[in-house]
Amino acid sequence: MSTDAKRAPAQKRSDKGIPGNNGADATPQNDLAGTTPEVRRELLRSMLLQRRFEERCAEAYALGKIGGFCHLYIGQEAISTGVMSMIRPDDYVITAYRDHGQALARGVSPRAVMAELFGRETGCSGGKGGSMHIFDAKTNFLGGHGIVGGHVPIAAGVGFGIKYRRGNQVCVCFFGEAAVNIGAFHEALNLASLWELPVVFIIENNRYGMGTAISRSTANEDVLIRAKGYRMEGESVDGQDVFVVRECMARAVERARKEKRPTLIEMKTYRFMGHSMSDAASGTYRTKDELEENMKRDPILVLHNKMFESGELTEGEMHKIDDEAKAIAQDAWDFADASPEPPLEKLYTDVYADTSS
Amino acid sequence: MAVVTYRDALTQALREELQRDDRVFLMGEEVAQYNGAYKVSKGLLDEFGPMRIVDTPITELGFAGVGVGAAMLGLRPIVEFMTWNFALLAIDEVVNAAAKMLYMSGGQYKMPMVFRGPNGSALQLSAQHSQAWESWYAHIPGLKVCTPGTPADAKGLLKSAIRDDNPVVFLEGEMLYNTKGEVPDGDHIVPIGVAELKREGDHCSVITHGKMVLVAMKVADDLAKEGINIDVVDLRTVRPIDVETIARSVQKTNRAVVLEEGWEICGMGSQVVDFIQRECFDDLDAPVLRVHQEDVPMPYAKNLERAAKPDAGKAIAAIRKVMYLD
Repeated sequence: MSTDAKRAPAQKRSDKGIPGNNGADATPQNDLAGTTPEVRRELLRSMLLQRRFEERCAEAYALGKIGGFCHLYIGQEAISTGVMSMIRPDDYVITAYRDHGQALARGVSPRAVMAELFGRETGCSGGKGGSMHIFDAKTNFLGGHGIVGGHVPIAAGVGFGIKYRRGNQVCVCFFGEAAVNIGAFHEALNLASLWELPVVFIIENNRYGMGTAISRSTANEDVLIRAKGYRMEGESVDGQDVFVVRECMARAVERARKEKRPTLIEMKTYRFMGHSMSDAASGTYRTKDELEENMKRDPILVLHNKMFESGELTEGEMHKIDDEAKAIAQDAWDFADASPEPPLEKLYTDVYADTSS
Repeated sequence: MAVVTYRDALTQALREELQRDDRVFLMGEEVAQYNGAYKVSKGLLDEFGPMRIVDTPITELGFAGVGVGAAMLGLRPIVEFMTWNFALLAIDEVVNAAAKMLYMSGGQYKMPMVFRGPNGSALQLSAQHSQAWESWYAHIPGLKVCTPGTPADAKGLLKSAIRDDNPVVFLEGEMLYNTKGEVPDGDHIVPIGVAELKREGDHCSVITHGKMVLVAMKVADDLAKEGINIDVVDLRTVRPIDVETIARSVQKTNRAVVLEEGWEICGMGSQVVDFIQRECFDDLDAPVLRVHQEDVPMPYAKNLERAAKPDAGKAIAAIRKVMYLD
C-alpha cells in the first residue's frame, strides 16, 4: 500500500513541534521531517498509546463493557499523531465517528475517553455520546460525528468563526474517503475555498467505506482531484509515515494560518480492523492476504524501524514505552470500570441550555 | 405603539439584535446585496457590512453546517432559508447536529443559533413550495420552534430566539409578510413557550398558531355576529408548547377545535389533542375536532388549491359541529 506515495526522508533538524498537543509554538517551518529524538519518542509514545488503548477497547467490547457502534482506528495512527503534533492547543479539531485515536493524540484524557466508551458519568461527554461522540472543550476537540460527511460543513463553519473573530487558529477536519461522494463534502469545500477559510480537510483514505472498496464507490479514485474542482490546494501523501504526515501538515497549517486558505489532503492509509466491532478484519470484502500485506506497513513499525536503525532507540526502550502505553490504557480501563453510570436525572439535562440572557 | 408590517417587525428585530451583540450575524441566500428574497434583511448589509450580513451560494446543507460550526465557537448565527421548503436539504445539520450537539457533548457545546425563513403555503406555488413544517421540527428534542402569527409576536419572538442559547427554528408565515399590526415600542420581547389568548369567548376554544391565527380571528368575528363567542389560543411557540394555557381555555369552554396549516397525520394538532385528552378529559362536552390541510400535496389550480387549504369556512363548520349546532 501507498508505496507509490511520496516519502520524505527523516532529517534531523531542530524541534519545531511536540506531539501530544504540547506545542504552543508548534507552527512549523517548511522542513518538518526535521525532528529531535525526543520528538520522535513522543510521536512513538502517542501512536503506541492509541494502539494499546484501542486493543483494550476491543477487549472491553467483547466483554460487553462497551456497546453500540465502536470503530477502531488501529493502523491509521500516524495520521492522528502526525497531524496533532503540528497544531496548537488553541486550534480546533473535528472528526467523524472513528475518533478515539484522534482524541488521544489531541491530548484528551485517556480516562475520560475510556469512561465515555463505558458509558460512565466521568466520560468526556458525560456518558451521553459514546464511541462516536467524543467531545472535549478543554482541547478544542469538537466531536466525534456520526453522519458521514455531516461534520465537514461544520468544519467550514469553525473556519468561518475563526475568520469572523479575526483569529489565527486553524480547524482540522478528518473524514474517510467515502465521504468525498456525499454532498456535504462538496458544499463545504466550495464554501471554504470561496470564503478563504482556515481549514485543513483531511481525507483518511483507508480504501473502504465500511465494506465497499473505493473502486466500487468512486468514479475517479483520484480523490484529490476534487480539490482542483474547488480551486483548492491539495496533496496526496503516505499516511503510514508520521514524518510525511507532519511535513504535509506543516504546509497546510501554514497556508491556513498565514494565508487563510484551506487545503485538501489525502492521506493514504489502511485500517487493520473491521469497519466496526461487528465485522471481521478480512474475509468479506477484502482478503486476508491484502490485510497482511498492508499490515507490513504498520505505522508504528515504520517509525520504530527508523528510530531503531538510527540507533536512537533500543528494544529495551521500545518495551518501556510500550509498557507505559499499556499502563495508561489499563489505568483508563480501571478508572472507567470504577466510575459510576450517569445518574438517571442526567437523562433530562443538556437537552436545552439555560438561557440567562 | 406603531403599526408595522410583519416584515418590518422582523427587520427591526434583526437590526436591534445585530446592534446589541456583535456575535450575531445573518447568513443565507440573497440576504445581503439583494436585500433578502422577501426583503426581511433590507438595509442590513449597508449598516453591518459583509462579514455580518453574508450572502451564500445555493447550498443549504453547507451554510446550515457553517452556522453550526460558528455556533460551536460561541458566535450567534442566524441562518436564513429562502423558504423552509429548501431546508429539507439542510435538515441533517438542523436535526442531527444543532439539536443534539449539547446533549451528545455532555453539555459542552451550546448552539445559540436561529434557523429562520418563510413557512407554509403562499398562492399557487404548488406541491414543492407550499408546506408547513412545524410538526417536523417540533418532534425533535433540543430544538425550539416559533410560529408567530402577528407582527408583534414576530418581533418579540425573533428577539428572544436570537438571545436564546439553543437552536431555534423560526417559521415565518410566507403570506404574513405584508400583514400589519401594532408592535410595542422599545425592546419588545415575547418569551418562547408562552401562548396568548388572542380572543376571549365562552363557547369553544380554537387552538392555533402561525398564519392560521388570522383565520381564527376572522372566524371569531364572523361567529360573534351569530352570538357565538370563541377563545382563540395562539400557541405562538409549538415547542415548547404551552399546555397550561390550552387547558385553561378548554376547561372554560368545554369544546375545542384545533386549526393548523399542515397535514393531519402527526400534525401539530395531533399533539394538542393529546394534551387536551390528558388534561381536560372530564371537561369535554364533545370530541375535539381538527382542521388542517387536506391529505394531498398542494395542487396548483386555484380551485383545487382552495379546496386543499384549511380556511374560515372549514373552521366554522368544525366549531358548529363540536357545539352540536349542525
